[in-house]
Amino acid sequence: MPENVANRVIRIITKTQKFADGRVTESSTFKELGIDSLDGLNILFAIEEEFGLNVPDDAAMEFKSVPEVVAGVERLLADKQV
Amino acid sequence: MRRVAVTGAGAVSALGVDLASFWSALKAGRPGIGPIRAVDCSTFKFSHGAEVPGFDPLRYFDEKTAGQLDRSVQFAGAAAAEAIADSGIVLVPDRTAVITGCALGGKPTEDDTYRQLYAENRTRFDPMSIPKVMTNASASRVSMHHGITGPCYTVSTACASAAHAIGQAFWMVRSGLVDAAVAGGTEAPVTLGMLRAWEAMRVVAPDTCRPFSRDRRGLILGEGAAFLVLEDLEAAMARGARVHAEICGFGMSSDAGHLTAPSADGAARAMTAALRDSGLDTAQVGYVNAHGTGTSANDATETRAIRAVFAVPPLVSSTKSMHGHALGASPALEAVATVLALRDGVLPPTANFTEPDPACDLDVIPNQARQVQVEAALSNSFAFGGLNAVLAFRRYP
Repeated sequence: MPENVANRVIRIITKTQKFADGRVTESSTFKELGIDSLDGLNILFAIEEEFGLNVPDDAAMEFKSVPEVVAGVERLLADKQV
Repeated sequence: MRRVAVTGAGAVSALGVDLASFWSALKAGRPGIGPIRAVDCSTFKFSHGAEVPGFDPLRYFDEKTAGQLDRSVQFAGAAAAEAIADSGIVLVPDRTAVITGCALGGKPTEDDTYRQLYAENRTRFDPMSIPKVMTNASASRVSMHHGITGPCYTVSTACASAAHAIGQAFWMVRSGLVDAAVAGGTEAPVTLGMLRAWEAMRVVAPDTCRPFSRDRRGLILGEGAAFLVLEDLEAAMARGARVHAEICGFGMSSDAGHLTAPSADGAARAMTAALRDSGLDTAQVGYVNAHGTGTSANDATETRAIRAVFAVPPLVSSTKSMHGHALGASPALEAVATVLALRDGVLPPTANFTEPDPACDLDVIPNQARQVQVEAALSNSFAFGGLNAVLAFRRYP
């Protein structure tokens, strides 16, 4: 079964932030993970690479938690398929 | 005005990743010059450089932090931390300055990013590219890591950068603007683009750096960082600090002449200004750590300048023969060498020396260190663009 979007997002955040496995969950917020604006850029960069997306700046501004990133990525992926 | 003590030193260089390896190699006359590893130089006119051996960023930074810092900034972080630890100082954040010198900024990051842009046609780049390549990244790193909140900036005057930085830091402490300063320089120029640019100038030696030798053929590019901790001498005494030496003078001048050709007059005026600032008499100066790049023009011109300032020339050596020319960081490496020479009564030699040049008729301490306790010493730095900076140090006590 292919890895779902949430798991891919969790994997990317864990990897870019050098977190231990299990620290990032499906409901984590960037604030509770201690992710600042520069960290956010690195995550955005890796998300774009992973999913082959170009995330618009206004969408990127909304990425403040794992559920927000997952929702945003799913929306952009759906738009891409249309 | 206050007197200013040098109480800490740190160095990352081709001679090793710490101060002890730097100084032991200099005393032994052992160069850190060898075939360049970071770039394939098989199609170059030269093949040798002075690269830092075995620098592991993860020894100094966690993985995430290391990824946010250019190699030049990693060097600075390591050397500044060593200098602060060496001094044993408890820094008062808003009474301390950080002044760094750097000629080029984050070249390794820049070179790699341009390769992705022009060769790989990539459209997405590391979001940290800008804060990694900015020339002041080293000053900011030292400030942030050590919590130093006073004056903090970077001076960029090519190969005199760190001398201007240390000189200004010295003046700040002497005047009472701050009580202590962490000052030095860093550079990481061993990239494909930089090496090609230096090759085009036809000033890099094909094999090694032989300052003041008749058969010298140019400079050898180096990399690294060095830092000093400067503090009010009385405060240093009060806390029982070990004082390596006293920094007592700083002089600057501009040739206002040629962009690259050196001027004996400009160099002499900077030395004279440093002597005047220090209150030293020429007879008290027993050693000059020369700019001594190993180019035909510099070494002969610097000899004329030294002879113009000193009726009886002091002993002179170029430690670039061992740590290479680390551009903006060179003056900091050489300031550290000069301070330790005063402290230990050992003058590092000019290595790789083969035969005297009548145009460089000085005692350049060929190949073997000299056990001489001199009273005071100068450290010369002369930059492309005609910008000269000279630091004066005195033995303490």
